[in-house]
Amino acid sequence: MKSIQLESIHQDLGAKMTPFAGFNMPLQYEGLNVEHKHVRAKVGVFDVSHMGQIFVQGPKAVEFLQKVTSNDVSKLYPGKVQYSCLPNEQGGIVDDLLVYCLAEEQFLLVVNASNIEKDFNWLRGYEMEGALLLNESDDWSLLAVQGPMASEAMQELTEVPLGEMKYYTFEQARFAGVDNVIISATGYTGAGGFELYVRNKDAAHVWHEVMRAGAKADIKPIGLAARDTLRLEMGFCLYGNDIDDKTSPIEAGLGWITKFSKDFINSEALKAQKENGPSQRLIGFVMEDRGIPRKDYRIKDAGGEEIGRVTSGTQSPSLGKAIGLGYVQSDYKAPDTEIFIEIRNKALKAKVSKPPFYKG
Amino acid sequence: MKFPEDLKYTPDHEWVKVDGNTATVGITDFAQSELGDIVFVEIETEGEELDKEEVFGSVEAVKTVSDLFMPVSGEVLELNPKVEENPEIVNEDPYGDGWLIKIKMSDSSELDDLMDASAYQETVE
Repeated sequence: MKSIQLESIHQDLGAKMTPFAGFNMPLQYEGLNVEHKHVRAKVGVFDVSHMGQIFVQGPKAVEFLQKVTSNDVSKLYPGKVQYSCLPNEQGGIVDDLLVYCLAEEQFLLVVNASNIEKDFNWLRGYEMEGALLLNESDDWSLLAVQGPMASEAMQELTEVPLGEMKYYTFEQARFAGVDNVIISATGYTGAGGFELYVRNKDAAHVWHEVMRAGAKADIKPIGLAARDTLRLEMGFCLYGNDIDDKTSPIEAGLGWITKFSKDFINSEALKAQKENGPSQRLIGFVMEDRGIPRKDYRIKDAGGEEIGRVTSGTQSPSLGKAIGLGYVQSDYKAPDTEIFIEIRNKALKAKVSKPPFYKG
Repeated sequence: MKFPEDLKYTPDHEWVKVDGNTATVGITDFAQSELGDIVFVEIETEGEELDKEEVFGSVEAVKTVSDLFMPVSGEVLELNPKVEENPEIVNEDPYGDGWLIKIKMSDSSELDDLMDASAYQETVE
């Protein structure tokens, strides 16, 4: 098991730790519901240093990224971030990721912890001269400061006007006295805020400064459990649950990051799938009967026929209702369609609902 | 973490409080802490005669669901009505207001198979 840089800080804070993607990670501190609601109402900080950082640089960096990612890298400029995915040759997804344009010929790919090795090997398989790949995942820590009070809570730590930053942009600037922190107006919660990329050696200092400066806004440390319920309330996909090596970006509703204005891995087949309509679609749903959907539970129609499977599910702390994502045959994808989730041998009623489930 | 001395414990992380022929059953402090925020408790076996280790219901937490097992054989006499309305009391007070069911025991010798507080504490530490 790998350790993140700040493991002992989390343990000292009383975190319940859990193995996740090969790392010993803080699952929760005070409790999932409290932490979840705190991020929606105020501000919280997540240590998500398990995430991977792969740098791509050189004169062919754009050409390389156009080939391996589904979104259009030509739309990026220094300071802009893009959500994208790495399609495989068989119609599935190697990983989903963020692409940061650091400079014209220098990019940072932020990938899922569980896929770091797989992604790096995959990317090397398409390596071009003039596009150097560097896996620096072990050198970086990542703190996500999320919530409506994130800007005001963090402002004293930097001269970058945080409140003016647009979603999916970033600055490389001094933060908490540390130079060249990547301050990114991104996140996985739908609550607003920042993600801070810092070198491991600076991580403890930045963590303590974030906690100190955040105290006036009542900042709390938040674990991975609340990260999952927050992302699910927004309908954000989690790799390994809602998307994987077998699901296509078109099926997953990621057509908006799949740009056929360029050629990329498997683009012909994905384009045909988009034109013909995929046979299954990722949908959101809200439970009407009492029960919590969980990964791999069956989705059925009113006649009891299986029409798909749940990929993520939880009780939404904000809504007080159970919500989920899952793949269904495309005939059942329309909002308000009545479907049934098989929960411990009972078919419980649910309704198709377009995410985000939480609308703020 | 609390392990009250006056209770008996099962390997499934339930506790039993004996009063004559009646056993009150709940889940332990350790169990509620492992489950995390409990969303609802489903028990549809009121009035049924169940054997030891049969499932009498389930506890659904945000992250996971767990079956509830009969610690001893008997009839499920009543459920805790408060738990239906406020399942979070199982997290807040697992040994008190968060009790789950009362059982009319059919074979009180089964109690001998249960652990005392210190034996149970050893299994979770």
